[in-house]
Amino acid sequence: MSTVRVWRERRQRLLNEVARCKGCGKMHFPPRQVCDGCRGREFEMKPMAQSGQVLTYSVIRVAPPAFAQEVPYVVAVIEMEDTTRLTAQVADVAPEDMKMGMKVRLEFRKIRSEGRTGVIVYAHKAVPA
Amino acid sequence: MRDVAIIGIGMTRFGELWEKSLRDLMVEAGLQAIADAGVDHVDSMYVGCMSSGLFVEQEHLASLASDFLGLGPIPATRVESACASGGLAVRSAFIEVASGLSEVVLAMGVEKMTDLAGDACTAALATAADQDYESFHGVTFPGLYAMIARAHMERYGTTSEQLAATAVKNHANGALNPLAQFRNRITVGDVLDSMMVADPLHVLDCSPVSDGAAAAVLCPLERAKKIAKKAPVRIAGVGHATDSLALYRRADLTRLPAVERSAQIALRMAKRKPSDIHLAEVHDCFTIAEVCAIEELGLVPRGQGGDAARSGLTARNGRSPVNTSGGLKSKGHPVGATGVAQIHEVVTQLRGEAGERQVRNARIGLTQNMGGSGGSSVVHVLELI
Repeated sequence: MSTVRVWRERRQRLLNEVARCKGCGKMHFPPRQVCDGCRGREFEMKPMAQSGQVLTYSVIRVAPPAFAQEVPYVVAVIEMEDTTRLTAQVADVAPEDMKMGMKVRLEFRKIRSEGRTGVIVYAHKAVPA
Repeated sequence: MRDVAIIGIGMTRFGELWEKSLRDLMVEAGLQAIADAGVDHVDSMYVGCMSSGLFVEQEHLASLASDFLGLGPIPATRVESACASGGLAVRSAFIEVASGLSEVVLAMGVEKMTDLAGDACTAALATAADQDYESFHGVTFPGLYAMIARAHMERYGTTSEQLAATAVKNHANGALNPLAQFRNRITVGDVLDSMMVADPLHVLDCSPVSDGAAAAVLCPLERAKKIAKKAPVRIAGVGHATDSLALYRRADLTRLPAVERSAQIALRMAKRKPSDIHLAEVHDCFTIAEVCAIEELGLVPRGQGGDAARSGLTARNGRSPVNTSGGLKSKGHPVGATGVAQIHEVVTQLRGEAGERQVRNARIGLTQNMGGSGGSSVVHVLELI
């Protein structure tokens, strides 16, 4: 993943910035130019709520090369308290302790590093609340 | 719009075909379909392929195919919708014939996957998900379908045993298909004892990495009645729908709305209802995908897809036979080829040429081909003339 590609997403990855549609109130992560709820084009940018719950999850045991050292790791679809939805890893939990509906909060963590000399990429991971 | 028929089909064996290149596969399936149709020329062609660029570092595929098939300087178009690329190629060929623009059109699907190592394959397939907001976090395709499975289990009580029964049923069918990658029967115990890939999905819940190609020749129905060597099969309905690439953006994580919508469009065009369908080939890239797909197609009530294989409903001799070819699970899943291979199976069945796995008196069949975790779906309804 190129450095500039990581940099371009900095507001989502580092600030968890979401777009709230001024027309219908739908929360969009990542922010977008057209609301798929009402086709509105005006948004209020705001930081995402930092707590939420797990809607569904899996434990990845066969991973792509960039994550091969991490297995097994937990991934989840999470709904935050402000109704924003996102996908994230759930860290600091044993796979067998994962539960549907589990309360989590977001933390700033290392996601991956590109080889020995590439960029180290940070973003959100969820941890048990 | 003119009525359109399929007059020829062709398909390579699916599997780990080390001796065959991407172009070998396209030529083999294409020549078979052209010979089966008995035509001496093709006016135009479509190739469905997900990612020859990532798998074998070759793009510009449609021209390569028409060149090596010796078809001359005809228009040749590649279409891509991840694993639904093959279905989309058939739909594109249908539109071109129905519109009156061309008379005889070749639709083909292909993927050459096994030149890549397994983990690189996983990464290539993950490009069909949202790269920046799903794959970025280490989510794999088995992981996405595993999250659908977990949600389905939580909501409807679907069990790992029921999912396993789906794979067992498809292997039993594939064992009778000479073109299938895996021709071995398996048991529920085999599935549950196999390696976990992404909880709750075991490796035997997953379709394999495969090489292969399939092709079909389409022409106007009126012309088909005059020139076809075998019974023409009419494309009675075509449906195509899309959805968010990212699973997390869907309101209901147990649903695949693009499948429902594409099926509704195709069935309405065909003036048919789900109960009219004699057999269906559905996109079982993972066992849970077949469970969800048969619910969205209306073959079973919502929430009851889990038990369909275990109860025998979707068995070859059941009330609603599903994946008589062995499905993606047993026949193999060269992603771009799959949508055309589904057409190949239904045409074979409707013609009465399916041998040991023949469904008796099958006259109306359906194919459902999915892209990604449900970001696209293409459905065809086929009827024997």
